[in-house]
Amino acid sequence: MDWWLELTPAEWDAVRLSIRVSIWATLASLPAGIAVAYVLARKEFWGKAALNGLVHLPLILPPVVTGYLLLLTFGRRGPAGAFLYEHFGIVFAFRWTGAALACAVMAFPLMVRAIRLSIEAVDRKLEAAAGTLGASPLWVFATVTLPLILPGIITGMILAFAKAMGEFGATITFVSNIPGETQTLPSAIYTFTQVPGGNAGAMRLTLVSIVIAMGALIASEALARRVARRLDAA
Amino acid sequence: MTVEVDIAHGLGAFQLDARFSSDGRLIALFGHSGSGKTSLVNLIAGLTRPDAGRIVVDGRALVDTKAGIFVPAHKRRIGYVFQDARLFPHMTVAQNLRYGRFFTPAGERYVDFATVVELLGIGHLLNRRPSLLSGGEKQRVAIGRALIASPRLILMDEPLASLDEARKAEIMPYIERLRDEANIPIVYVSHSVAEVARLATDIVALAGGRVTASGPAARVMPLPGLGGGEEGEEESALIDLEMVAPDDGYGLSLMRSAAGGEWRLPAIDAAAGARLRVRVRARDVMLARERPKDISALNVLAARISAVSEGDGPQALVRLDHGADALVSRVTRRSVAALALEPGAEVFAIVKSVTFDPAAPTPGGSLARPTAA
Repeated sequence: MDWWLELTPAEWDAVRLSIRVSIWATLASLPAGIAVAYVLARKEFWGKAALNGLVHLPLILPPVVTGYLLLLTFGRRGPAGAFLYEHFGIVFAFRWTGAALACAVMAFPLMVRAIRLSIEAVDRKLEAAAGTLGASPLWVFATVTLPLILPGIITGMILAFAKAMGEFGATITFVSNIPGETQTLPSAIYTFTQVPGGNAGAMRLTLVSIVIAMGALIASEALARRVARRLDAA
Repeated sequence: MTVEVDIAHGLGAFQLDARFSSDGRLIALFGHSGSGKTSLVNLIAGLTRPDAGRIVVDGRALVDTKAGIFVPAHKRRIGYVFQDARLFPHMTVAQNLRYGRFFTPAGERYVDFATVVELLGIGHLLNRRPSLLSGGEKQRVAIGRALIASPRLILMDEPLASLDEARKAEIMPYIERLRDEANIPIVYVSHSVAEVARLATDIVALAGGRVTASGPAARVMPLPGLGGGEEGEEESALIDLEMVAPDDGYGLSLMRSAAGGEWRLPAIDAAAGARLRVRVRARDVMLARERPKDISALNVLAARISAVSEGDGPQALVRLDHGADALVSRVTRRSVAALALEPGAEVFAIVKSVTFDPAAPTPGGSLARPTAA
């Protein structure tokens, strides 16, 4: 009964790829996530409702639609895809980078929501106080706002990471299901369920998914508790 | 060091229209809630931009709408002690204290960290988080934080309002030391007659968004309408006294005012030469046209009436000059008529009792700003 102990090299590939894609998706979208959350929380401008809608669209649309739109936009012949390839040599279509992009887009609304809520909870009087002590707006953000919203940022990153680990529809539509390149955990499990005798493999990867998800959750809880303790009391 | 304000600013239906100029060490902005005090200090701090006007501190224009000048808050170097302390919760007390210093140009850091910590008695709190401090401790740290940034001016917006009487009494001596030793002018917002009487060198009285009076505290305090505050206070006069003899053998101290008046008051624990301020409430002053003979009251002062204001009720407020000291007396309108109390009349003021402020604490280290510019 050791069928679930040994992962095949192909299965390891899927695990490693999924983790890499999720980490990249989370980290690369973080600066944009903070910026958009800040703008939505603090600024009033023409088109704010449109920006808010755009950010939340992937949450509402069927993932396949999002994946198809990504394919149209960032595919080799899509406007953004062609531009990025010609000027920077960056390719998304049918590459792991494309999987990361699809995961980032799908996870973006969750990240923005979490960070936006924490920014709205910041006492702006503290920022005014920092200003009277000589801190420019940029310094105020770096030394007061950012540390105070750290719990929200951590929550947003965990949500984004979890969403990226589970992302399936947009990824498989945008970058297909290429073993070793774009076959993430959910895609691999899906593939196993489509072939005879694939149950053991699907089970192994399912267990791996559960372990990673639980591990990330526990780590994030511990981190968030530490930050919250630092904010609330000594 | 002069603070000049001349601004017009609309806040919804409320119109702030304030103009004053003062070179006091502690300028009290005094008035009821909603008189525009906090709006005014926010304008001085640069947290709000006035519709029109000028604010000049120490010769430097911070706002001049005509000339298109608006210096943002972080470039004004004006410390602000808020009513709610506003310490940064993610920093220790020491980090809070050093925060402003980081942004102060090296050549202008004339306030010493250790001196401030000693002056405010917060050395034992340095490693704590703000959430673990009492209200009084928070407010002392907030004062220290503003001070260590080496500001040109400190604004205090009702720093004692959220504290109980014991905590107020704990902090007031520190503010007095700041006023007397730091050589940084303070603009102090308050609606408390007791605080203003004790702390102010100068008073700017606000009502309905307008300045109703401004000048040295002893001149402004006795003006009618400045009492009757929210604490049920009433008009009073401030007299600065110098101790002549701490104890005359009867348990009384002999003191002399700048105007030469002699005051005998229940013995005060202060050395000869010490300076004290007493507050004399209008209701504690009686008037007589002739010097009363065989009277038990000890303090009988010759004075000249400078103004008589009669209200709607049976009472009238009489303002008196005793040399350079101003006094006020609340008498009935009947007495005003019976004694022919009118401006210019010579009278004798009989002071029944006075309210004291405790002696200032003994000076510690000096915070003095270098005088060379």
